[in-house]
Amino acid sequence: MNKTRASGRTVGGLRTLSLQAPAVTLLLLWMLIPLGLTIWFSFQRYNLLMPGMTGFAGLENYQYLFSDPALWSAMGTTLLLVGWVLAITVVGGTLLAVLFQQDFAGRGIARVLAISPFFVMPTVSALVWKNMMMHPSNGVFSWVAETFGFQAVDWFSSLPLTSIIIIVAWQWLPFALLILLTAMQSLDEDQVEAARMDGAGPVAIFFFITLPHLKRAISVVIMIEMIFLLTIFAEIFVTTSGGPGLATTNLAYLIYIRALLDFDVGTASAGGVIAIILANIVAIFLVRMVAKNLED
Amino acid sequence: MTIASTKQDRAAPPQSLPKGSPLGSIDTRRLGFTLLGWTVACLIFFPIFWMVITGFKTEAAAIADPSLIFSPTLESYQEVQARSGYARFALNSVAVAFGSTLLALLIAIPCAYSMAFLPTKRTKGTLLWMLSTKMLPPVGVLMPIYLIFRDVGLLDTRTGLIIVYTLMNLPIVVWMLYTFFKDMPRDILEAGRMDGATTFQEVLFLLLPLTLPGIASTGLLSVILSWNEAFWSLNLTSSKAAPLTAYIASFSSPEGLFWAKLSAASTMAIAPILIFGWMTQKQMVRGLTFGAVK
Repeated sequence: MNKTRASGRTVGGLRTLSLQAPAVTLLLLWMLIPLGLTIWFSFQRYNLLMPGMTGFAGLENYQYLFSDPALWSAMGTTLLLVGWVLAITVVGGTLLAVLFQQDFAGRGIARVLAISPFFVMPTVSALVWKNMMMHPSNGVFSWVAETFGFQAVDWFSSLPLTSIIIIVAWQWLPFALLILLTAMQSLDEDQVEAARMDGAGPVAIFFFITLPHLKRAISVVIMIEMIFLLTIFAEIFVTTSGGPGLATTNLAYLIYIRALLDFDVGTASAGGVIAIILANIVAIFLVRMVAKNLED
Repeated sequence: MTIASTKQDRAAPPQSLPKGSPLGSIDTRRLGFTLLGWTVACLIFFPIFWMVITGFKTEAAAIADPSLIFSPTLESYQEVQARSGYARFALNSVAVAFGSTLLALLIAIPCAYSMAFLPTKRTKGTLLWMLSTKMLPPVGVLMPIYLIFRDVGLLDTRTGLIIVYTLMNLPIVVWMLYTFFKDMPRDILEAGRMDGATTFQEVLFLLLPLTLPGIASTGLLSVILSWNEAFWSLNLTSSKAAPLTAYIASFSSPEGLFWAKLSAASTMAIAPILIFGWMTQKQMVRGLTFGAVK
């Protein structure tokens, strides 16, 4: 009996190894090779348009990148984009989760309608918004504004970044809603009932029971959104191409310009390293939180 | 009929209000939430609704003043197929999304099985490490992937995109399967083992049938994520292997501003995924938050 158990364990170990090997090996390669190459390229003189210029560049690419005003502008744009979209989706998502938690007629269908934008591909939502919603003369917004006697807004020329923020927020609001609604389901109804008996109003219940209950889910939403929002690309690509000027060029779009329009591999890779570092600052907190959850 | 008036129609579904009932205040409350909830839901859904409507208009009607009265036509749907060969891009999307999902499931099922049923000290660490590979921003590794793909001839190929999407979704797929497998009672597998089932038989005849709903929603999430992915598809494909995300992006050029066609093409591009999304919304939360929100 003991013998089989002992051998069973080694067989189990071997089995674990062979079962996990494909997934682990592939992910390891997928992570290490591109990451290693990006770091390596970032220290190289490497421009596809200038094949003769090669060799070790030291920190030249980084110096060039950091002395480029476009980088700071792109960092600012990235922060504004992430900050505003987070604010809108987290506040809006929390309020919507409270609303859709109430019992009302046709709630299931209303919920489904409200989370739908999350499943729309980014190029579709960006173009539908840009053309049919925000077009300065034929869009729905301009029609509504004119109907009520207001001046129509030329969204993408006068408020380019705001327009992008609105589109991206529309895509991610349902994500926040979906997650927070799920978290809401584990809210202790008895506790809410008890608070109500003690005379707590809906506002007090929201701030002292609902919000603390959602704290964890909200931080998960913030971190996951941050990781994706730091590198928003398609929405900018199909609407403004980063313009006018640099008004809507975020870090991801700047790297794209350096990489596939200027073919400056060195500088693009240096930018890539910066993007990776930024994402990792957020990722560390997220991974820690998930790890804590794995224990219970 | 204007939009405003339709919205009112849609915002107030039939409501039974017993007059003079002692529960009157609760019913008013319910009516209030019904109105508010439906108004908000319709406002959020409006751009999608409007896109679907515009797809059935003529180009002239599409840019005219917003109206819900028009004679519906399938003109744009036919044009989209005839002029740009919509089906080709749709086929690329199908091949890439389902190909990468099948591949990811194939690689992930043995891995998740061993993590759930033969856990070791390292299992937790491996799971977390897999999660962390998902945190690598795609733009950070754009250059090396692009150059490698160029050198081995994978640029603008379906195979290239399938490889990228498989690896992109692998952590989520492993993670989600792991949570579903862990919920399965172990006794059943052990009973199978007693009866002399091999690992392979155990997985194929016991685990997979019993966790099929979980595997299905994992697969659907992976299909949704691949279908809607628009960083790699825009940067790694041009004409041959371009999926729908990249095809729709071609409408951004000034000469491509045909709203009815854009709407028709977009409606076809998002319809299947929207339905998948509705079907799997509850289980998706697991995959999207790595089990951090239950």
